[in-house]
Amino acid sequence: MHPARKKRLLLIVLMVVGVSVATAAIVTAMSQNLNLFFPPRDVAAGKAPENTTFRVGGLVKPGSVSRDQSSLAVNFVIYDMEAEVAVSYEGILPDLFAEDEAAVATGQLTNGVFVATQVLAKHDENYTPPEVADAMREQAEEGSYE
Amino acid sequence: MAAEIGLLTLWLAFGASISLALFPALGVKLQNPSLMLLGNWFAALVFALLSLSVAALGAAFLADDFSVAYVANHSNTLLPWYYKLTAVWGSHEGSILFQVWILSCWLLALSLGGRSIELAFKAKVFSVLGLVTLALIAFIVFTSSPFERLLPFAPNEGSDLNPLLQDFGMIIHPPLLYVGYVGTAVAFAFAMASLIERRDDDKWAQWAQPWALVGMVFLSVGITIGSWWAYAELGWGGWWFWDPVENASLMPWLVSVALVHSLSVNVQRGIFRSWTVLLAISAFSLSLLGTFLVRSGVITSVHAFATDPERGMFILWILLLVVGGSLFTFALRAPTQAVQRKYGLLSREFFLLLNNLFLVVITFTVLIGTLWPLIADALNWGKISVGAQYFNWVALPIFALTVLTAPMAPFLNWKKTQSNRLTSRIIVPLALALVLALVIGFSGGYHWQGYLVWFSGLAIILASASVPWYSRSKQRGFKSIRATVWGMTFAHAGLGVCVVGVGMTSLESVERDVRMGAGEPVAIGDVSFTVERFYRLDGPNYAAEAADVIVNEGSSVTRLTAEKRRYLASGQIMTEAAVDAGFTRDVYVAMGEQLDNGDWAMRLQVKPFMRWVWYGGGLVAFGALLSAFGRRSRRRETMEVGE
Repeated sequence: MHPARKKRLLLIVLMVVGVSVATAAIVTAMSQNLNLFFPPRDVAAGKAPENTTFRVGGLVKPGSVSRDQSSLAVNFVIYDMEAEVAVSYEGILPDLFAEDEAAVATGQLTNGVFVATQVLAKHDENYTPPEVADAMREQAEEGSYE
Repeated sequence: MAAEIGLLTLWLAFGASISLALFPALGVKLQNPSLMLLGNWFAALVFALLSLSVAALGAAFLADDFSVAYVANHSNTLLPWYYKLTAVWGSHEGSILFQVWILSCWLLALSLGGRSIELAFKAKVFSVLGLVTLALIAFIVFTSSPFERLLPFAPNEGSDLNPLLQDFGMIIHPPLLYVGYVGTAVAFAFAMASLIERRDDDKWAQWAQPWALVGMVFLSVGITIGSWWAYAELGWGGWWFWDPVENASLMPWLVSVALVHSLSVNVQRGIFRSWTVLLAISAFSLSLLGTFLVRSGVITSVHAFATDPERGMFILWILLLVVGGSLFTFALRAPTQAVQRKYGLLSREFFLLLNNLFLVVITFTVLIGTLWPLIADALNWGKISVGAQYFNWVALPIFALTVLTAPMAPFLNWKKTQSNRLTSRIIVPLALALVLALVIGFSGGYHWQGYLVWFSGLAIILASASVPWYSRSKQRGFKSIRATVWGMTFAHAGLGVCVVGVGMTSLESVERDVRMGAGEPVAIGDVSFTVERFYRLDGPNYAAEAADVIVNEGSSVTRLTAEKRRYLASGQIMTEAAVDAGFTRDVYVAMGEQLDNGDWAMRLQVKPFMRWVWYGGGLVAFGALLSAFGRRSRRRETMEVGE
């Protein structure tokens, strides 16, 4: 083969390999780090997977927040118009976490309890996480047709 | 009254920016130099009008004019005066006005400086920037005017500025970042002008270089301070979250870094022309994309403003016009005659190519991760979020590759380098880095990753530092070294400092959430924390629970005060962490929540070499600044010699 052509071929092969490696890396990293969002009613309906990390979001049920006496473990309930999900978490809750306010928890469902590794609340007075807002709006609209 | 003046001057600025887009272009068409020169005047006029407009909004804040909706929603009579002023850019409407005003500062700078630029070329740059300004002002007046009145029912009291924004970091972080964001428009305008002129020389790259560098300086400083602010104000000690809005500022930065490197190849060797143009277009497009992500509220983020689809659509249209228009121009007018210059694998060209490639790939992976939730939502694949791990897994390895090429590049010559010469020079800093890494690693008792972090960080720092050492002349010593070389040295060394900071805090930080009562000591490693007392503390517009914490570390004793504030007007709760900043470690104390028996849940952290992340960012910015202005003074020198 002509040396120049050989060089070009080598370059193309390298580029193809590089792009494939990068794509493979993106796809693998993506598939293991994508967290689906479920509103409580979907969790209650069994649509959410067990032992897989996902996010659940809704309002924090008034009166449901209870702190352990000796540790930083805390339990609370996230609810929407149709269902409730019990959440357990260990650590410090965000400043704007409050009863009857929107919150989104990331974690896994084990034995019917959602064990959260992270809890997010809205960050200012006028803001609701879009997923929670959408789910609420959807349910409100469905409700009006029933 | 102030609001009306503000709105009026904003509309006048709208008109002035139409003239800015029109007259210089007309001058080019008619080959009339005096029309082209009008660009300078209209640029200054746009600046003057927008300055009045911003000042009017500031005056409305200072006068507590709560009949103005924006003031009523983001201020309060109890708010200290400096926060009243910074509230101007504290939320959507005001900050977009502020952003356009900063664009007009760039316009002013361009009209005062840039004297070496050919008149007709500058006219085209002004026309392009006039269009950009026009689009952004249209966005304000049609979708988000900060001057709307709440008449006839004006409230007596405002609802206060978001407490998160009542912080020194917030006073300086957004303006700096905006300067950088908007700065990408300037490099973009240069690139577009070069396409329009079908330039086949590299002069435009030479003209664009300092502007692109200064833009990058501000992006670097803005991101660095943003990270520091997140650490101090909302991060619970975290300093980077791969939050969509952080990514939105990181992407233009990555591309800007690629751009300044590509520009230098362009200037010195006349190659990478089309590539440089594409980078300039991408940097600006990514800035607009960032603006879209922040303003539309489509993504869950700590930075997101309340959702408004109309605003999102407007920016999306601007973005489509910019990307579509510029790529179309590129397709029609890109330099057709590619310059062929041979260079080997061990050449500066090749390494700069690698650097560009890596940076663009990182940008691409970050872009995919950031936009994926939007794409999935649009295609009805469910509502998803991309975890921070994705970015760590994909972007960090490529970043490590970039870091590896950085210390090598300055030792390489253009075209090709003798490998034995390269080895003989680079071996000294590498050996020194190895020895130092072993000593530091051993004395710190680190794992092998710690050794690796120190070795790579020190290798970059020492290799960069040895460049001026090797290239100093016998007669004049270090004085013979050009400012641009110093600039590169500082910027690359900053990268090394950053590597140490990021690596050490990620590997060696200790973070503990504990239950603490007064007088009960808690130890982390050889640092011991004792709460002296919990008490009430009142500020001008908040009431706080505070804790005095005594930190014992060997022989040194520090007293820190952490606070949990409740802002009176909004009822919002804010954690004010107490940080004892140090050169080799940060000690961080934050109050979580009060528990039943009066104890508090507290977060205690010891973070080794935390500051180095930000020192590194600062050095990068300083280096780029030296490089930008060094170029200018050198040109002046040669001019003097020529005369």
